[in-house]
Amino acid sequence: MTNIPETGRTPRVQTRLVVIQILVLSLLGTLGGRLWYLQIRNGAQYQKEASGNHVQQVVQPAVRGSILDARGVALADNETRLVVSASRTDLLKQKDDGKAVLAKLAGVLGMNPEDVAQKVRLCDAKTPQPCWNGSPYQPIPITDKATPRQALQIRERSEDFPGITAEPEAVRRYGGPGKSNTAQVLGYLSPVTDSEIQQAKDTDSPYLRSDMVGRSGLERQYDRELRGKAGVTRYEVDNLGRVIGKAQSDAAQSGSSLVTSIDARVQRVAEYQLNDAMTKARQQFDDITGENYKADSGAVVVMEAKTGRIVAMASAPTYDPNVWVGGISAKDYNALTGKNSDYPLLNRAIQGQSAPGSTFKVVSTAAAVQAGYDFNGNYPCTSSYSVGGQVFKNFEGENFGPISLGRALEVSCDTVFYGLADNQWKKDGGINPKKGQPKDYFFKTAHQFGLGKPTGLDLPNEVGGRVPDRQWKLDYWKANKDGWCKTGKKDGSYVEKIAYENCLEGNKMREGDAINYSIGQGDTLVTPIQEAMIYGAISNGGTLHVPTIGKAIISPDGKHVTEIQPKARGRLPITPATRNMMDQALAGVATRGTAAWKFSGWPQDKIPLHAKTGTAEVYGKQTTSWLATYTKDYSVIMTIAQAGTGSGASGEAVRNIYSALYGVQGDGSVDNKKALLPTPQKDLPKVQPDGTIAAPKIPQDPAEDQKADQAGGDGSQGDQQQPATSPSPTAGNRNTRRRTRRPRSRRTPA
Amino acid sequence: MTGANSFSVPGYGPERAGWTRVFARDSVARRLDWPILLSAIALSGIGSALVFSATRNRTEINQGDPYYFLLRHLMNTGIGLALMLGTVWLGHRALRNAVPILYGLSVLGILLVLTPLGSTVNGAHSWIVLGGGFSLQPSEFVKITIILGMAMLLAARVDAGDKKYPDHRTVLQSLGLASVPVMIVLLMPDLGSVMVMVVIILGVLLASGASNRWIFGLITAGALGALAVWQLHILDQYQIARFAAFANPRLDPAGVGYNTNQARIAIGSGGLTGAGLFHGSQTTGQFVPEQQTDFVFTVAGEELGFLGAGLIIVLLGVVLWRACRIARETTELYGTIVAAGIVAWFAFQAFENVGMTLGIMPVTGLPLPFVSYGGSSMFAVWVAVGLLQSIHVQRPMSA
Repeated sequence: MTNIPETGRTPRVQTRLVVIQILVLSLLGTLGGRLWYLQIRNGAQYQKEASGNHVQQVVQPAVRGSILDARGVALADNETRLVVSASRTDLLKQKDDGKAVLAKLAGVLGMNPEDVAQKVRLCDAKTPQPCWNGSPYQPIPITDKATPRQALQIRERSEDFPGITAEPEAVRRYGGPGKSNTAQVLGYLSPVTDSEIQQAKDTDSPYLRSDMVGRSGLERQYDRELRGKAGVTRYEVDNLGRVIGKAQSDAAQSGSSLVTSIDARVQRVAEYQLNDAMTKARQQFDDITGENYKADSGAVVVMEAKTGRIVAMASAPTYDPNVWVGGISAKDYNALTGKNSDYPLLNRAIQGQSAPGSTFKVVSTAAAVQAGYDFNGNYPCTSSYSVGGQVFKNFEGENFGPISLGRALEVSCDTVFYGLADNQWKKDGGINPKKGQPKDYFFKTAHQFGLGKPTGLDLPNEVGGRVPDRQWKLDYWKANKDGWCKTGKKDGSYVEKIAYENCLEGNKMREGDAINYSIGQGDTLVTPIQEAMIYGAISNGGTLHVPTIGKAIISPDGKHVTEIQPKARGRLPITPATRNMMDQALAGVATRGTAAWKFSGWPQDKIPLHAKTGTAEVYGKQTTSWLATYTKDYSVIMTIAQAGTGSGASGEAVRNIYSALYGVQGDGSVDNKKALLPTPQKDLPKVQPDGTIAAPKIPQDPAEDQKADQAGGDGSQGDQQQPATSPSPTAGNRNTRRRTRRPRSRRTPA
Repeated sequence: MTGANSFSVPGYGPERAGWTRVFARDSVARRLDWPILLSAIALSGIGSALVFSATRNRTEINQGDPYYFLLRHLMNTGIGLALMLGTVWLGHRALRNAVPILYGLSVLGILLVLTPLGSTVNGAHSWIVLGGGFSLQPSEFVKITIILGMAMLLAARVDAGDKKYPDHRTVLQSLGLASVPVMIVLLMPDLGSVMVMVVIILGVLLASGASNRWIFGLITAGALGALAVWQLHILDQYQIARFAAFANPRLDPAGVGYNTNQARIAIGSGGLTGAGLFHGSQTTGQFVPEQQTDFVFTVAGEELGFLGAGLIIVLLGVVLWRACRIARETTELYGTIVAAGIVAWFAFQAFENVGMTLGIMPVTGLPLPFVSYGGSSMFAVWVAVGLLQSIHVQRPMSA
């Protein structure tokens, strides 16, 4: 630099200037390095953080698929309603946590302020229903029944209702076509919970915060298909949540429709008849308990015998599934699940189990044949059967003399089966069986009939019933012996004596156990759906089908139809010859046996009907009635708890169901035009070119129509005519009743 | 006195007429340091775009006019340019005589801030609101007058040829002169400005050739002072909190650490090329507070990426590099000290500002020279550029 000498600039200053320059550059270099580190090296990570920062998801719920009956009639679909919702986040921003706003809202909606407050509180361990168990960030529906006027009031004075919205939304509708209900089969929806979101997070069908999830019935079983995929629009928002742009948008995909094998008309008839039978049973006097029958619960199943498809399934008591829509109120929830409720949410057709009584005798008959007894042999039907100090009586001491197994089925003779089962028990070595496996034909056959485990139908939470075999007895004894041995007394009350005996030898198959078991008493438990499966199998020649309700899944555009094929799960352990004889015997039940008094005038030549009655003892309660029936196409099972005998309680109702199916008129003629379903519905409903599914018109109330048909002819009351071949019943509850001195069944049906 | 006399160095070349004079080899225009000028203009231009991007959606502060801040920034830049030209026209030598007055005015200005006339912005009581949406931050101008005042004192006897280096008494005097405004600013409290001033003092002393003992003494004093500030609770809680958050923004991401965290996310998400101007989601979404002023660099980081943000650093580097050269090339110590003081000022303020957005420096309210929105700062840095240019223009002709 030429200027240095001129100024006499000292090297010290010059050196320091260079130091400053280097320092300055190194500072800038540091910045550059840090910038590189943040933007290039870690850029991706920050990009992720940035996108999480400012994207808000707005969810357009997918339209849930419909549940259709076999002909395309909607059992569950959607309707647009004005839904009034409250945003918790907005409410909590207010001084009094939104209490004033909610109270005002309750006034506008004409609701109780307390109910409104309960609907918006969050569920936790201490908070009973009703409460909101969905996401706290999702608007909470307060009502979906707002009138346009109410919605307008809320929307026009939005400043008076901060955090409250009134929008039209698609909500589930259980339309109840033809006055059918189908509540327990359809199930219900409720908002998804946090834990479910977590669980489904990494699966291929994750939940969204706003999702409604099927909680029971078909809604739950086919939830994934019905749910569809919610549309998500991701909005870019600023730090205050204001929308500044649209990032990404996935359109909502509607859920698929589920075509079921249910026929809404038959369903209605079945429900009506079940209810009718229960009402009538309550007017009947029970000699044993000295009061009218309680008839507190019941179930009916109508199944296609050749496929296992369910045409109708009803459970009583029942409820209106629409109470779930838009959030359930405290009162409604209590009525459905409270201690004093009659548990109408239970689908007693698959969750109600009780001793099968004499309907079990088809299993015992098959077991006897397997054990080598001749179907047409002569077996003594005495009035009682004594073993040791115990006397097992036939029903009201009837004595039919030596009869065949077929006749034993017809007249439901207990002592024939007592004898056979006792013989087998003795052959197997009595209470201390021989080394090696005892043959246990009676128990083995029950398992071969598919009892003791769920049928596997497409509804959740099915129970499996129970075959009280040796293994079960051992397990049960192990689980309960401590209690039994503690409370058991040799000379105590009935319960204490039983406990005492069980403590001593409850782990062993006692003679009385084997005898009781042979007629479906004791610890045996079956569900109506299991009976439907068994009797359907007898009807179709021996194939046990897995019962199914879902028939096909149709994509929202109607282009993809996935049929759900009926599945066989095994064959009955009987030869065709045995089946044929059994078939004849069961037809005899309807024509000259225990059910004949209810089926007089039935066109048996045109529509051969087969039946088996059952009346099961339940300790501490009135008897459970069973009526298991089938034709070549259908099996119909009806059971009513605390209602007396099978034929007495259900005979007329089941006959009416068949009449409706086949169009049988009151005079015994068959009118095909009036038949609801003379042959099972084979075809799926037609999908129209626009993707919608054609649904036929449905009568307003098929049950009333059927009733009118019956009244039109004579002999509508089957029990007024007595078949000549059947002993005249002296009382409505007289039939398959038997009393042992020691009824074994101590568990009440669910 | 005519413009021609002032804008050309007397004694060099014949008088020329008209616009050709402007481009003559010895003209002021030819002798200006164009890299500094162009870089500064470029930085202000980039700053306009960034300020616009940061404020066009901030309706709560831009009074509904998306161009409110852009126009003001451009206007500030224009005024700044004019101030620069005025400074060059006056010349740093002429200004040397006015230093006592300027110093007095600036100290008066910061004293006014302490009176009820002053107002507080973001915890720093360092503003005088003028009305009409304008406000003044006198501490920005104090930075210049400290440089000028110290340079005047320190260079007086050296430039006169009496001494090789400023003696202890002069150094003491200059330190006394500087410490008055530092103390006042510390009372505001405007910690960022105090830090800048201390660094300026250090730079000035270095360039003056003052004894090494003074340099190390000052550094030690600074360290002890910082310790005292920390221990005696002179700092407000918010300042300590900001410091802690700089060290670990994840301590309290919703509170104090929010600024640093959001700033880092904004810059980090920019990647190599950025989201594009006006397309940064952090910026558009207003996640970074004070984004048009102290955190303006985050807009560059997010929307222009490594290339754009790096360009800002490079441009600052050009300014500083050239300023260092000016400091070295001028003949008088006065010019050297002024240039070095400006270098120390710009360098530290830029490093602190960018460093805090990058999370390597604590958060203090300092604007990024030329880029940040803010009139006082803009005027001050352009005056400083004028001083640099003046020093450069009046350098001896070299071969």
